Order: sequence, then C-alpha cells, then structure tokens
Amino acid sequence: MDLYLPIASLSVNALVIVLLGLGVGLLSGMFGVGGGFLTTPLLIVYGIPPTVAAASSASQVTGASVSGVFAHLRRDGVDLHMGAVLIAGGVLGSVVGAVLFRLLQSTGQIDTVIAILYVVMLGAIGGLMLSESWSAIRASRSGAPPRARRRRHHPMVAALPLRWRFYRSGLYISPLAPLLLGFATGILTVLLGVGGGFILIPAMLYLLGMPARVVVGTSLFQILFVSAAATMMHALTTKAVDIVLAALLLLGSVVGAQLGARFAQQAKPEYLRLALAVMVLLVAVRIFLGLVWRPDEIFTVELA
Amino acid sequence: MRKLLGLALAAPLLLGQAKPVLVPDVSQREIEIAYSFTGADLLLFGAILHAGGSERRAGEPPADIVVVVKGPTESVLVREKQKVAGIWVNADRTRYRSAPSFYAIASSRPIRKIVDARTRAIYELGLDSLQLSPASGAVPAVQARFDAGLVDLKKRSGLYYEAPRAVEITDDVLYRARVNIPARVPVGKFTAETFLIRDGRVLAAAVRDIDIRKSGFERWIARAAERSSFLYGLAAVALSVLLGWAAGAIWRRF
Repeated sequence: MDLYLPIASLSVNALVIVLLGLGVGLLSGMFGVGGGFLTTPLLIVYGIPPTVAAASSASQVTGASVSGVFAHLRRDGVDLHMGAVLIAGGVLGSVVGAVLFRLLQSTGQIDTVIAILYVVMLGAIGGLMLSESWSAIRASRSGAPPRARRRRHHPMVAALPLRWRFYRSGLYISPLAPLLLGFATGILTVLLGVGGGFILIPAMLYLLGMPARVVVGTSLFQILFVSAAATMMHALTTKAVDIVLAALLLLGSVVGAQLGARFAQQAKPEYLRLALAVMVLLVAVRIFLGLVWRPDEIFTVELA
Repeated sequence: MRKLLGLALAAPLLLGQAKPVLVPDVSQREIEIAYSFTGADLLLFGAILHAGGSERRAGEPPADIVVVVKGPTESVLVREKQKVAGIWVNADRTRYRSAPSFYAIASSRPIRKIVDARTRAIYELGLDSLQLSPASGAVPAVQARFDAGLVDLKKRSGLYYEAPRAVEITDDVLYRARVNIPARVPVGKFTAETFLIRDGRVLAAAVRDIDIRKSGFERWIARAAERSSFLYGLAAVALSVLLGWAAGAIWRRF
C-alpha cells in the first residue's frame, strides 16, 4: 500500500514503515532503548532523506517511550527524582549539541563524525555489556550462587561534591553525576538523532550503580522528554518532521513497545543484556565497515 | 486566441516554406500530488505539419522528434568522498548554481545520431550536455568528475534519464512519447520542450508548462510545517504522546 509523504516528498510502502516501527518498538520496550539508533539508519536505507529520517524518528522515539514509561510506572520502575535531574542535564546538552551540529554541518564532516561516534561508543558499551552479561550467565549456569553484584557507584561519582538522596534508586550521591550524564546524552541526542538509551542504561548501571529494576523505566522517562524536545527543535529549525511518516512509525512502535515490555518481565535480565550487547555490537561493526569499505556513493548531493 | 489567429493567418505562409511546423501538446498541464501519488505518466503528443501538405516530400529524409521534460532548477552542493587515513570522508566539493531537479529526454532515435555535440550543448539535449553552471573555478578534469558524479547519482535515483527511441512517429505526421515522472520529484514548474530536427538542424521547437504541486491534505501538511512550525511541532509531539498512551491504555484491557 503506497502512501505519499508530504514532507519527505516521496511515496513509501506504508506496511513496511509500520513493520519497521513494530520491530523497533519491540526492542524499545524490552531494553529501554529508544530505538533511534536503528530507525534512523533503516529509514535512510529505505530512501528517506537523512534530515527527515532523523527528525521523524525522534517523534517515533517519543511515542514508543510513552507507552514504555506508563508500563514501567505501574511496576514502580521509574525514579522520577533521578529522571528530573537527567532531563535538566539533557535539555542543556541538546542546546550545546545543536551548536556543535551546525558547526560540523558547515564543514561537511557531520556524517563522518556521527559514524565515528557511533563506532566508538557502541563498540565500547557493547563490549562492556557483553562481557558482563556473559560472566553473569556462566555464573548462573554453573550453579554457583550468583556473585552479589557490587551495587556501588564509580569512585569518580563518589568524589563529586553535594549529595542527594534518591530513594527509589536507594542511592546517596551527588546530583552532579546524573546531571553530567544527562548533559552528555543530550548532546548525543542532537548529534546522532537517537534517544541515548544505549548510553544511559549502562552508565546508570555501572557508573551510578542504580538497581536494574528502575534503570529501564528511568531511562525511558528521560528519553521521553529529551526526544520531545528534539522533535520541537527539528520542527522549528529544519522543518523536516514528517507527521505522516511519524504516524506510520508510531502505529507499529507503540504496539511493539507494549509487547516488548511484556517480554522483558518474563525474560532473565542477564539474557536481555546479552541480546542488547550483541545487537549494539552488530550495529557498531556495520557502521565501522561503512567507514572503511569503499562506499556505494562517492558523491553526495545536498541543496544549497 | 490571438496566437491561434496569428497561426491561421500565417498558415499559408508557413505552408509555403520548406520548414515543417510542430503542433505539440501534453496530456496533463497540472499534476496534483495526493496521498496515493506514486509518480505520473506524462503523454507528450502532437503533429508535424509538413510544408505543402500532410505528406513529407519525396527525397526528404524523415524528421526526428526530441522531447525534453525538465524540473525546476536548484542550487546544489556536491561532495566527494576520499579515503583519508583509512576511512572515507568528504574531501572535495563543488557548488552548482542551476542543476535541473528533474531531466528526462525522449527521442525517436538515439540523440547522438540525431544532432552533433554543438547543437546538443545549445539546446541542452542529453545528459552529457546539461548546463549545470558550476560556481567554483575548479580545473576542467575535476569539474568533469563532479559533473559525472552528480549526473550518475541523479540517474540512479530515477530523476535524470535518457529514453532513446521512446518517441513513436506515425506516418511522419503524428508523434507520441511517454515520460514517467517518479514520485520523488520536487514540486514546481516543469517544462516540456519538443524539438523537430532534420539533417542535424532544429527546425521547430515548442514549450509547454506543467505545474506539479501538492494538493489537499499533503499541501495542508507541507504548509503547516512551513508556516506555523511551532504548532506543527506541538501537534507532532502530541500525536506521539497520545498514540503511545492510547496503545498502553488499550493494551491493559486485554
């Protein structure tokens, strides 16, 4: 079923887009990632102009995280206090990110910077999660009593001044730590067009030392607000938000997010982390190959 | 009306000359883009009025018809990737002031057999004869590389193409050609030029305008995004929040 997209100015198969949204929504519900790191590249492969793809997938991320946030709120899995601090940092970061974006765009190096950032970050985080989840699985397989995960934050976090209590997370740490974390993900949201969940989740687990049961919900909570801000920013500056494309993606992804949240409740968390690690690494490898292999298109055209 | 009258008055004169006259038309003067738009087939047709009657005179070689459909020109920046320190990065670039956003040429025989390079350059006939007006003063070899890169890219996205032998001429009098306009064309004023060519010389040429525009819902959306972007952004966010919430609410009932 072909449908014409008014902003992207081309026609797409509506069913393909809805299915794409469904798949990405499934992942977002399961792992608490927004899924932007999959949607944007897939849309570009399908032939949607990159700016429209990034702008419209931001609103899809919003939709997918809303249903996820509600699902996790009911399970008491959101630390609203921590989330608020993260959002404050995220909004500041997105402003800085927008400045950086314009700077890189004018020199024509934005694509390369995006790709390198993806490879470095996805590679590092994927590798970390892979080794951690693998040892957790082996420990539980061998029947040995699971080693109590050191629920402690990183020494660097402990060194920061000013301390707040985050009751839901059971933490007594400086709010500067989540603020800086939110700031960093805010920059990435604008630069990479992603929610930043794949950075947030490991950082919350391994740097802040938050318990796994609130990590997914809290990261979705932060992603919800930061992606909504990103959609607004795109609508005002690039005017590239295609509401028809977003609606198609949303139709699939909101359903997928609900399904994913159900799966996540049944699956063992270490297996979920292993699956996410493998997926993150696959995306990193694919982007790395894109950098070193001779690209299909040597030339690119942009309106000037 | 005045044109027609003029043509009627001039008809005896025109018929007296050795030059044939072209009477072209297009199937659609306006193409409206709606939600189900997947491209359009444009039919370009017309008649060749030969001097002294409808038949071409004995000994005269048959004339050729070339049809060119062009989209509005746009200013583009073409970047070229090169391998630097092991990875492919954008290294060089060229700006073009007026590249056509769409270019299709249909002819009754391959264009290179109909006219020479000079005539092709004058009338912009063929993908290698486009006047792209590069804005940077690069050396010709580099310029040619960029030209080829731009044309190749547009060609593979279906926005530039050559269709030799796509023009059918019936009894040396009637001609028709089908030109496909893909869905991803930009909106704006398109032109359909028809050339009557014999012995490598352009005997007659005629232009028809075609207006391609978004209509109905599509036009409304595009306008809203452009003119009231704040409300449009709010609507997009509201839509995503609402759909996300609704899915959760419905799901919980089952």
